[in-house]
Amino acid sequence: MALIIDYDAGNLRSVQRACREVGLAAEITADPDALAHAERIIFPGVGAAGSAMRSITSRGIDQALKEAIARGTPVLGICLGMQISLDRSEENDQRTLGLIPGTVRRFRFDRPELKIPHMGWNEVRVVKPHPLLADIEPGDEFYFVHAYYPDPDRSEDVYAVTDYEIEFACALGRDNYFGMQCHPEKSGRVGLQLLRRFASWDGTC
Amino acid sequence: MLSKRLIACLDVRDGKLAKSVKFVDTRDIGDPVEKAREYYLDGLDELVFYDITASSDKRNIMLDVVEAVAEQVFIPLSVGGGVRSVADATDLRLAGAEKINVNSAAVQRPALIAECADAIGNQNVVLSMDIRRVDVSDACPSGYEIVINGGRTPVGRDALAWALEGERLGAGELVVNAIDADGTRDGYELQLTALLAEAVRIPVIASGGAGLPEHLYDALTVGKADAALVASMVHFGDYKVSELKQYLHDRGVKMRMCW
Repeated sequence: MALIIDYDAGNLRSVQRACREVGLAAEITADPDALAHAERIIFPGVGAAGSAMRSITSRGIDQALKEAIARGTPVLGICLGMQISLDRSEENDQRTLGLIPGTVRRFRFDRPELKIPHMGWNEVRVVKPHPLLADIEPGDEFYFVHAYYPDPDRSEDVYAVTDYEIEFACALGRDNYFGMQCHPEKSGRVGLQLLRRFASWDGTC
Repeated sequence: MLSKRLIACLDVRDGKLAKSVKFVDTRDIGDPVEKAREYYLDGLDELVFYDITASSDKRNIMLDVVEAVAEQVFIPLSVGGGVRSVADATDLRLAGAEKINVNSAAVQRPALIAECADAIGNQNVVLSMDIRRVDVSDACPSGYEIVINGGRTPVGRDALAWALEGERLGAGELVVNAIDADGTRDGYELQLTALLAEAVRIPVIASGGAGLPEHLYDALTVGKADAALVASMVHFGDYKVSELKQYLHDRGVKMRMCW
């Protein structure tokens, strides 16, 4: 059983459905106390960093999540849920959770033909082996939709990268925490395989 | 590098798949859930469902269709047709739609775009525009006019101006549907698609008129579209999704080829 954290940041049922498809029962909860007993946690979300941080701090989810991570609970961050694991975000100039040292930056392009948000399918290139990425082969693409991207301070936290004018980290992690910019729940077979790996991941790398 | 997307559009009437020709003459061609699953497994990048159910008392059937599709299709799912309020959008999102398409109701009340963007995020609001060619006039300087109600009612509004306003109000993506071309299989309206794609900084989806694989190639190159939407081409079995993607890939268009 996994818990999907609900903090008013988008539609979580698609994540829940994809989990069910790979045999991972997942319950949606906004209760920070529930995180203490979770076997594994998914931290999804779309939206803005400012309102997301307000929502999780007012509910005490930030503290509960940090404690769960400290206890070794496997945690998967997706999109905004991953972005707020860094130190700060340029979006709303917001201080965030600080689980992974680094900053979330906005795409800035001079060429007008480069659309923002970065929306669609793009290759996820593994740069460092990780149990959750074990099935990914060269050429495999995931679905992205975001205007901000993570820029971790330490290269050892980066597990996969994607090119969109610049090369950015699309998968990062540390110990039992793993985060992705793309949406495994919307990425067809390769996304489901990643969730299937997460369903049995023990939190070691 | 970001791939171009192949999107299939399924018109749904009373819970069944329908396909219109020039927007009027519709016929039923099968089960939408089954088709959606088939296209998904064959490498489709995104699905659009359009509810063309005439009577409002049958609208809930669409929610059931969306829910059934979302249970077994794990790519972005976009739904439109008759979305008039944030409540409509939220119902469809809960049923499993990722993106919501707004069309006629947004033309009649543009604030709907901003309200939906606020409620579900810009990136999930798709402004779908039905457009026909007209003589250049003061009211329509681009030579393209917006029509509503499934292509039946012209509103005297310039398509380029509306695209820019839609972007400003918070739409995350545009569907450029040329109704002159819709269902003809003669090719997309490339000039119109390129005009709008160059004017906005959000992704543009070319729609209406695809009949041959080269039409898709043209839309994604000359037409400068980020995605090409097909319907008849795949619904009647003339082409397979994977075949179209392979064709585009072979001609040098960046497509997602592993699925």
